[in-house]
Parts: sequence; C-alpha cells; structure tokens
Amino acid sequence: MILALVEHDEGTPEELSLEGVAMARELATAEGDSLEVVAVGDEADALGEALGEHGVEAVHCVAHDRLEGETYAPDAWAESVAQLADDCGATAITGPGTDRGRDVLARVGTKLDAPLATDCLGVEVADDGAYELRRNRWGGSLIEHARLEGNRKLLTAAEHEFSSEPAASAVEATVSAFEPDLEDDDLAVRVDRVEAGDEEGISLGEARVVVGGGRGVGSAADYDQLEELAELLGGTVGASRAAVNEGWRPHDDQVGQTGAKISPDIYIACGISGAVQHMVGCKGADSLLAINTDPEAAIIQKADWAVIGDLHEVVPALNDALREAD
Amino acid sequence: MSDAFPSSAGTVIIGAGIVGNSLAYHLAEQGREDILLLDKGPLPDPGGSTGHASNFLMPVEHSKEMTHLTRRSIEQYEDMDTFTNSGGIEVARTEERMEELRRRVQSAKAWGEPGRMLSVEEVEEMVPYVNTDLIRGGFYSPGAGTCDPLRAGEVMRARADEYTDGGLTVSPNTTVLDLHLEDGAISAVETDRGTVEADEVAIACGLWSPKIAAMAGVEIPLTPAVHQMVSVGPISFFEDYEGEISFPVVRDMDTQMYERQHGNDLEVGSYQHRPILWDVEEIPSIDEAPLSPTQPPLTDDAFEQSMHDALEMVPDLLDDPEAGVRHEIDGLLSVTPDGAPLLGPLQDVEGLWSCAAVWIKEAPAVGEAVAQWMTRGWSDIDLHGSNVNRFYEYGTSRQFVKNRADEGFQKIYGIVHPHEQWQSSRPLRTSPFYDRQDDLDARFFEAAGWERPQWYESNEDLLERYDEDLEGLRRPNEWDSRWWSPIILAEHLHMRDNVAMVGDMGFGIFDFVGADAREFLEGMAVGRIDVDVGKTVYTPILAENGGFVSDLTIARLGPDHFRLITGGAAAGSDRAWFGSHVPEDADVTMIDNSESLCTLGVWGPNAREVLESVAEEDVSHEAFPPYTARELTVGEVDAWAMRLSYVGERGWELYAPMGQGRRLWEVIEDAGADHDIRPVGMGVYGTTGRMEKGYRLHGHELELEYDPSEAGLSFHGVKDADFVGKEAYEEALETEDTATLCTLSVSDHAPEGGEPRFMLGGEPVLDDDGEVIVDEEGRESSVTSAGTGPTIGKHLLMAYLPPEYAEEGRELAVEYMGQRYPVEVEVAGSEPLFDPENDRIRS
Amino acid sequence: MRVLACLKRVPNTGARIVLTEDEQRIDASGLGFTMSPHEECAIEEAVAQVETHGGSAHLLTLGPSEADEQLRTGLAMQADEATLLETDGEEWSPRATADALADGIDRLADDEGFDLLLFGNESADAANYQVGVRVASELGYPCVTGIKDLEIEDGTAIARREVPGGEEVYELDLPAVVTVKEGLNEPRYASMRAKMQARQQDTESMEPRAETRAGGLEKVRLEAPETDDSPAEILGEGPEAVPEIVETLAEEEVV
Repeated sequence: MILALVEHDEGTPEELSLEGVAMARELATAEGDSLEVVAVGDEADALGEALGEHGVEAVHCVAHDRLEGETYAPDAWAESVAQLADDCGATAITGPGTDRGRDVLARVGTKLDAPLATDCLGVEVADDGAYELRRNRWGGSLIEHARLEGNRKLLTAAEHEFSSEPAASAVEATVSAFEPDLEDDDLAVRVDRVEAGDEEGISLGEARVVVGGGRGVGSAADYDQLEELAELLGGTVGASRAAVNEGWRPHDDQVGQTGAKISPDIYIACGISGAVQHMVGCKGADSLLAINTDPEAAIIQKADWAVIGDLHEVVPALNDALREAD
Repeated sequence: MSDAFPSSAGTVIIGAGIVGNSLAYHLAEQGREDILLLDKGPLPDPGGSTGHASNFLMPVEHSKEMTHLTRRSIEQYEDMDTFTNSGGIEVARTEERMEELRRRVQSAKAWGEPGRMLSVEEVEEMVPYVNTDLIRGGFYSPGAGTCDPLRAGEVMRARADEYTDGGLTVSPNTTVLDLHLEDGAISAVETDRGTVEADEVAIACGLWSPKIAAMAGVEIPLTPAVHQMVSVGPISFFEDYEGEISFPVVRDMDTQMYERQHGNDLEVGSYQHRPILWDVEEIPSIDEAPLSPTQPPLTDDAFEQSMHDALEMVPDLLDDPEAGVRHEIDGLLSVTPDGAPLLGPLQDVEGLWSCAAVWIKEAPAVGEAVAQWMTRGWSDIDLHGSNVNRFYEYGTSRQFVKNRADEGFQKIYGIVHPHEQWQSSRPLRTSPFYDRQDDLDARFFEAAGWERPQWYESNEDLLERYDEDLEGLRRPNEWDSRWWSPIILAEHLHMRDNVAMVGDMGFGIFDFVGADAREFLEGMAVGRIDVDVGKTVYTPILAENGGFVSDLTIARLGPDHFRLITGGAAAGSDRAWFGSHVPEDADVTMIDNSESLCTLGVWGPNAREVLESVAEEDVSHEAFPPYTARELTVGEVDAWAMRLSYVGERGWELYAPMGQGRRLWEVIEDAGADHDIRPVGMGVYGTTGRMEKGYRLHGHELELEYDPSEAGLSFHGVKDADFVGKEAYEEALETEDTATLCTLSVSDHAPEGGEPRFMLGGEPVLDDDGEVIVDEEGRESSVTSAGTGPTIGKHLLMAYLPPEYAEEGRELAVEYMGQRYPVEVEVAGSEPLFDPENDRIRS
Repeated sequence: MRVLACLKRVPNTGARIVLTEDEQRIDASGLGFTMSPHEECAIEEAVAQVETHGGSAHLLTLGPSEADEQLRTGLAMQADEATLLETDGEEWSPRATADALADGIDRLADDEGFDLLLFGNESADAANYQVGVRVASELGYPCVTGIKDLEIEDGTAIARREVPGGEEVYELDLPAVVTVKEGLNEPRYASMRAKMQARQQDTESMEPRAETRAGGLEKVRLEAPETDDSPAEILGEGPEAVPEIVETLAEEEVV
C-alpha cells in the first residue's frame, strides 16, 4: 500500500498535497498497489469525496484527543503516520513539497528507521523493487538520479512537478478514523500560537516584488522614484553594491554576493549593469525586468524583459500609469 | 554603434576590458573606420581583470616607459572624467626602503613626474590612520589617484563610435572559437555568433590572450597569477568624508601591501603572499564562476601574514567594531616573465597584434600607443621594453613563463636593483663556450635567455696588477657594487694593454638572401647598403618619425647576400620589424642564424699577433682592413670574421658554427697563451669599453624619442635611396638639435664626504638651480648609461642635454639617492673619450 | 549555555554548474567552497546567543580535511571551538550523516552536553531536509525546523516559523534542535583581526562513526539540466515602453 500524507484546509486538499498524491498514485499504479491517504486536522473526513477523484481508495483521518485544537504538532503527526503505516502495511509514504510535508516525513523516517528522498521530480519502480528517482539539488540547479531502497520508502514531491488534476478514473474513497497512541513526548513540539505578521515593511528576502537601483540611479534622492514604484507594486527597494558604496542606500538594501539574496516573483532592475556579484543575489527571482540605457549591458542578457531607456524617464512614467490604473 | 554581428571588419579587437576599449577608441581616433570589438563576457564588465582591479594609479616607477604610460593614462582618465586625484604615499619601514624611496624621488625627477620624500610627521598628517610607529618616512606622489575603468570603457566605446561615425560594432557575449589564417596572415575570426573576415586582429583579452594566440599558432607568454585583495567596512572614520576617496593611497612597501579608501571601505591588497599561478584552462567561465572568472575565492592561508601586517599598519580602521571583511578575492591578473606588458605585432602571423598583460594604470596610454603603432608604425611613447617579440623563440614556454612569474612576483613591490639577474630557468641558451667559461668561474648575466659572462672571477689576479689604476674607481657602497665587480675594470685594462677574448654576445644574426635583398635593406637603413661585397655598415634603423627602432651592423657577404647583426635583447623585435617590412612579392628570404652561429671577439693591441698565428689567411691591416668582413679559417675552424670593435680596439669578431665553437675558443685561448690572453666579460664589452668610446646602446641612448642627429649618429649623411624615416631624418639634420647626446664624468663622488657613490643610470641631470633639465620638446635629461672608464680614470655618464648645456666643460649635477653630485660635460656629441682618432681600430 | 552549530562544506557555484566526467560531483576546480546561507545564520545565531547568555559556541561538520576552511570561517565569526568529523570526501547519505553527527555530538558533549543545537534547514547541495531532525531523534531532543526567529528565555526556546499570513510560534524546553533558514539574522562579516586569529586557532579532527543500516537513499549520478539562455524580450525604448511594462506586470499578476 502506498500512503500519502495530505494537508488540507478543513476538508479541502491543498494543491501541493494533490501533487504529492499524484506521485503516490504513479507508484501505486506501477506496483499494482492501493493508494491511501492520511490526514490530520478538523474535518479531514470530508476529504473522501475530493480524493476519490484522485484515485485514493481510503482516507485515514487521524483522530486523537491530544490533537484537538492543535495547529501543528510535528512529532505527533509523524507518530500517527508511522503507526498507521505499520498498521496497514504501507511500503511507501509520500508527502507534499511543503515545509510540513518534509518536516513530518523526516520525523516518520526516524520513527520507522526509513530513508527519505525529498523534492522528487519523478519516480520509477525498478525490477528489484527499488525506486529509481530524480530529485532536486542546489535549489533545482542540478538533478540527482538516485535509488531509494528499503522496506519502507519515504518521499516528498517537488513543487509543481506533478499534476494536481484528478486521475483518469475516479474511485470511491472509504473514510475511516485512525486513533494513534500518543504520549506526552509526542506533543513536546507543537505550535503554541500563530501570530499574524506585521504589515509594515517588507524584507528584501521575502518581497514578492523588488525594485533594484544601481549606479545609474545617480543619487540618493533619485531613489524616491524607485520607492514609489515599489510601493505601487507592493514591493520593496534594493540596491547594487555600487549604489551602496556611493552612500545612496544603506547596506541592508544591498542585493548581491555581499548583500541580500532575494527571490521575488519579479525583480525590476533599474540602472544596474548586471555585474556577476549582483546577479548571484537576484538569481532566485522568478523573472527579471531590466531598465537600462545600454542595450549591451549584462543585465539585458540575463533579463526576461528589457526596456532600453533612462530610468529617470521610464520609472516616473510607469508610476503615473500605475497610479492611473489604480 | 551597431550590434548586428558583421561578416567582415577592418579591425577585430578581441577583449572589451579597459585595454580593448582603449584600443578601439584610439584606433578610431587614428582613422580606422571599421572596427569590431568583441568579448565573451557581458558589458560593461566582461569578467576579466578590469572588473576587480583596485583602480589606483601610482605614476612613479623606475622604468621611464611605464612612468610615461601611466602619466599619459592619468591624463586620459581625467579627460574622461573618470579620475580622482588622491595622491599616493609609499611608506618605508626600513632604512633600506628609505634608500629605495630616495631612488623613487630620483626616478620621479628623471621622468618629469612630481614626487618628494615625506617625514613621519607629514605622513601622519596626510593619512592619520597609519601607525607611524612602524615607519621611517615616505615617498609622496601627488599625481597619483584612482580611476573608474568600467566607466572609462563606456566613454571610450562612445568616442570610438563617434570617430568612426558609427563604424564601431560592439559584440559582447561572443566567444572566439578560432582564428583563420591565409598565406601566413590573419584572415578571419570565427566566433559563436559567426565568422568575421578581418584585415587585422588585436588580442586584448588579458589573461586569456595566450589561449587566443594559440588559435593562430603563436605564443603570448603570460600566466594568470593571484593578487589577493579584501575590502573591509563599513569604517566609521570614513563616514565623514564624501566620495570614493579622500586620502592618499598608502603602499606599505616592505610588506608588499596597499591600503586604500574606497567609499566607507578600506581595500587591502597584497603582493606578499606566495605566488599562486593559475593555468588559463582552469579558469571557470563567467557562467560557472560564483563572482567572476577572475575573482576566485581568497586563499586564506596565503593571506594570513598580510592580515597581520595590515592590522599592524592601520589598526584604527581595521579594528573598527562595526567593520568586517565584506569582500575577499584572489584577483587574477596577467604576469609576464619580466613583469612588463606584451605589446606589438606577433611576427609569425601578419596582421595579428598582442595588447596583453596591461594594468589599469597604463591601459589608456597603451591602447593609444599600440593604435599608433598599428596605424603608422611607431608610437609617441617608445614601447621597446614591452615589445611582445622580446621573448621570441626562447621565452614563451609555459615552464619558462611560470618560473619567471613565480620568481618575479615578489619584485612587484620589491627593491629591485637595476642590474638584478633572474635566477630561474637558467641556463637556457648557452653558447659552446659556456662550459669553459663556467670552469673559469664566470659570473653569468642573462640577455634574451643567453648566458653571457659579465666578468670572470679567474681574472681576480688582475686586480693586484692594476691596483693603482683602480684607485678611486672601486665602489665601497654595497648597492653601487651589487651585480658588479672591480674585476671588470681590471679586465678592461688588460684588454687595452694586451689582448682579450669576449663572447658569446648573444647577437641576433639574420641573413637576407635574394635578388631584392639589397633594395629591401637599402629601404630600411640610414646607411648606404649598396657597398662592395665584404664591407660592413653600422647603421641606425629608424621609424617614420626619425626616431630609433634599432642600431645594428649589416655586412655584405655577396651581391645578393647580407648579414644583419643586432644586440641580443633587440633580436626578437628587430626580426619582427624587418620581417614585417618585406614587400609581399619581393625576392628576399630572411634566415635566422642566431642559434646557428656563435661569436667570439678578439681585441686588444696584441689581437693580430694572436689571430695571425692560427689563421690560414692573411690578417694584416692591408689584407683585412677595418670595417670589412671575410671567411677566415682559424685553426681547424671555418669561421667568418668582421674587423670592427665595440670596445675601440684592434681586432675581430669571429663567427663560427655553434658545433665548432668550443674548438674556436680553444684555438684562440692556446694561441693567446703567450700574450696572456684573457677572456673578459660583457662588463667590458657592454659598459666600460663602450662608454670610453661613446658608443650608443639601443634602449638606453637610442629610442624613438630621439633622432640620429641628436644622438650624434648622422655620419651617414643623407643617401639618395629612400628608406624608412628618411623624411624625418632629413628634417632632423636640417633643424637645430633640441638636445645633444653628451658624455659626462663625475667630478666628485663624495661632495659631502663619506662613502663615494657611483651612479648606475637613470638619474636626473640637474641645472644650476637643482631642477631637472628639460629640453624644448619637454624631454627630461637623465643618465641613459653609466659606467666607469678605467683607462680614462673616471666614472662616465651619457645624457641628452639641450644646446645651452651641451658644452664641453659645462658643470652640472646629477641626483643620486637623494644626494647631488657634480658632473662635467666631457664630450658633446659622439667623439670618443678614449682614442678619439680610432687609431687602435684603424691599425 | 553551550550552543552547537553544524555546517557543511559545499562548492561555491555560479550561474552554471559543471559536473565531473563521471557525473558524481560538481567540477569545483577554480570555484572554491562555501557553506549554505542557512548555516551562516546558524553560526551567527550560536554566537549571538552566547554573546547574550554567556557560554560557548561550537562548530561541527562532517566532511573532508579541507572543510577546516569552513570551520575557520565560523571561528572568525567568533565561534569558540570547531570540530571536524573527517571523511575521505565521499558523500554520506543523510542517515549516515545524522548518525555521525549525533555520535560526534555525544563525544563533544563532555559532562555538560549542549543546550541548543542549530542546523541549516537544508544543505546547499544535497538538500535532504532531514539531518537535523534525525540527529534530534537520535539524541532524544525536541526539534523544530525552518525557523526564522529564535529567542532563548529561561531554558526555553521560542522559535518562529513563517507561514502564509504570519508566524507559527513554538516553545521548546532546552536542550533542543532548531533548524534555521536564512533571514533568521544577518550574519556578521568577520573582522580582519578575527579572521587572522581564526587562522591560528586549533580545530579538532575526529573519526566519524555511523551505523550500517539496511536500505537507503543512494546517489546514482547527477545531471545538469539545460538552462534557458534566450535573450530578453525588448519591451521598448524610453517612456513609450510603459504600456508594455504595465501589460507585462499584469500578465505576471504583479498588478
């Protein structure tokens, strides 16, 4: 049996969990085995309907007094999954490509003395029963081809590598409760409280939009235009080492080898030449828009989109347009 | 400016660092209209050494060439608004270094660059953060400063585009895959963006240059080497100062380090660490490198002592509690076997140029000078010390380059004696005399790879014999006598009294054969070449500006056969010069005999007696007159002889096949036994004998900046035939000289008492006010050669002087190690001090 | 308080990673080595906590003798002691790594043991996301992962993990294992004097010990995926390009 850990929001499975289920389903199909799911939390029993479409034959809802009202207690979750796996003879346990997915599976691994392969891109079952898998290394810069062996194999899926669409043929999922044996120690680690984030100021590392300014900005005062653009886009401002050295921005704003590493959805680089030292700081950005006077600047080569022009003209015009659109 | 990749270009420049940009700018300025500038990296920083240099320029060096290139570069950076004049200070921790800094002042004066000594208090005032407890004083270079080479590159590209009216194409991210040749000439550059046909190609890609040159089957001898550098900040002390730099750059010479402000950071660089040489193949691509290909991570253990020394010198800044090491690299730069750049035509491929191993400090001027060289054949600043051909055919192997780079690394900030000899990769080129000379305890100096005895310890007995003559000419000071021996003077006197054998001189020997050989050489030389077979001609070789490219001897061996003999150091560049001038369809073949023939000079009053006892032919004055050449069988050896002398004596230069050289040595040695013939060294040949005769030496007296009239070498007059530089030469003869090459003598070696001192060359010549003499063309008077004339009994100097000073008996002064010494003009012009009528040669 | 931070020596890579011919490792010639930013934060946290609460900060790594270089980086950040579990340079599986580290920690514990053990959330290279958890399990300590804020108060660790819309707050009794993410703090740049002193400091080297276990995760080979080197799409020149920019931002769901 292949057991998949699913995270859900009051009975609605999370997208990344469905991707994890898809990986588990591939394994179940390859091994001619059944696909079952384990879930913790309120209204997990509502998952049956949704997961049947994904080829899940059974949903095991972890139920225990000690888990009532708990947001997250990783060891208790892991203990539950491990006990269930023992009870129902799971040969493989999968998890979603999330912090919790990896956290719980790692703990399951300690409890079952089983190996874990995280961030998997694809899995095949070899003739000898081992899994031949591909997984991310170096944040996806490299792919590792690996073999996963053992009576119990643990895996988590990489983000957005497996489809979250329903399976070709739906099945009827049975839903049952599973009550694990939990001890005090299993709840030694638990979310004590959840605190809402403060709204003011977005850190460079977390910002979804970063507007970067380099030597081409020309002065500290000229960063006002960039600040405004960042504000309009709900982002924050960064700077190149050259600009920081000029004293136009504090060192905290420096993006690059000797500054912050950022990973926004979009990085808008204004008047930045694209020195390698800078680029290593922003290579985590999903996309890059460069505004530069020099069409041969290195930044243009690295960018997804480029505007050839003076940022002192382009940025205010862009700000006007964005304000109007509001 | 176009960015479409062209299918053809007049000039292709490979490398868009500061050098390539400068070359593009100046080639456009010189009239090239169709230029492609490409680089495998992006712009403005393609990832080479330009991107990580500390960017300061300290103009004063002991090399006139490098000082002038840096000074000219500062002018260019200023003109492009990319220069900040911070000044620079070299501090001394030891008395030995203080002497060296005094020599810096001397060089500053000689090359016309301001510079003065600083007391400890003055250093403290200028750079208050320096731990002055450690230092004895400093040298201040007010002209020093910092530049922005990336910005300068942008300006240069824009200017090139302007000059060419849009004829500049810039192609970054373009990798050169191959160089194509046709009939020995460059024809095209193959890249990953296409193949571009080209008339000429310049390799300006720094430490990758050897790799590109190899694609054309030629060699550019340099190696990537590490210069360690870190940046420490933020330093609160600097926060009160705006801009990039408000304090002079400090060079802590004795630890081979520098500390310089860069905004709120202090950059600390070092050349003291062990040499860390890289193989160009190991350097990662720009995509693979975390920082940049030329900025690998700091090798920590190598930097340990440097940290210790920096913390000692600038503790207040480096111990700022807020400051940390924000940036640290093993910066890769190009190091050559002798530390100088590699510039000029790569002679085995027509149209292929090297512009490599150039530092930020000299790059703009080098680009200008090489552009002049490419477009008109000579440069305003003489680049002979940087000519890429100086290593031709001996010093281009990877092993040689590595050994010399390894050895030379600590000379970058070291105290390097002007005559200091390299120790590694020796012996490399030896004549057949070598073993015998070694037995005689010769002290070998190296020239162009050749081992040449400078003197022989076995001649020590002569010191006693000439004890009285040497009175007052011995050098008590260690620096003055380093790489020198009084035996040289005794050998000299023995030769003048008796007979001596000198060799091998490491000459470049090139035979020109063919129906057009005469006409070709006639077009190259000032002297008339169409002489009778068997005659020799000593002649200047000029550039179109009338300045010196070389001076050499050409002998006519047959109607269509000439032999050109030139100094070893100039052999590679002379070969390139002549080779590049052979017209395409001319019937001229150049045969390089430098490694085939050895040379043994036999000179002195008894030279004829020695030679006639072993020569089959008649060597009487009548049968073998001076300035002629002929075949001569010496003992068993089939030799060829020229009757001339660079030391002003009766005698011959004997040329024999290398294979018979050892026998030749033995025959002459045996034949001279009755006359107590002595082998004497190049100290006599190159200095003492030459100076007494007022003979000029290329690279010292003879440079592009001076013409034959000024050098006193206009005895050929103006021949009818055209030759390179004729127009300028004629003009030089017609106009009054703004300077005249003079021989001076030192009147007092210890004017203030104490140890007598002996100048070694490169000293400024001062007027009555103690200022360096400058001629109307702005050329400073400095000592071009210095050497003792034992027969004259004086220490002799050569220097170009303006007419008002070029008078026999005129008293002047030279500055040496911070001290002024009275000198007197002995001869204005080329008349020899010893044997002015040349009786010895002509008898 | 005795704090331990674990770290791992990895190649310092650029935009493109080149593999050795046997596809077993990164061709690091000419590159140099570093550690994960997470681990730099772990070291900074160890040192900062010791600066606040007193005690000592220890560093531990499993790796080749050259990993001494990364230990000294940590010492220069003012950690007090450093230990290398020296391997022949071959990669160890996550379980074997955890075994060796747990065993090493036991041996370093002396009588006092460690109060706080810090790991990076995942290593820069293999990124297995489990070594810290497994070490905690072997030592019998509680463990939280992915932490970006940490306070120690009266023997309790208050650890925060970012989740959408806020932070999960954990309170753990010490001793505990905490795996951390970049952003936890701002790692200091070592001062030059500290770097110099770190060079002269002794580091300890020990033989690593690990159990032999059935099954496991075994690397077969590495693969460098093709990268997209397509040039930028030029949206336009000057302010006229603004409508195209706005459109692009809309497509990317930024506005």
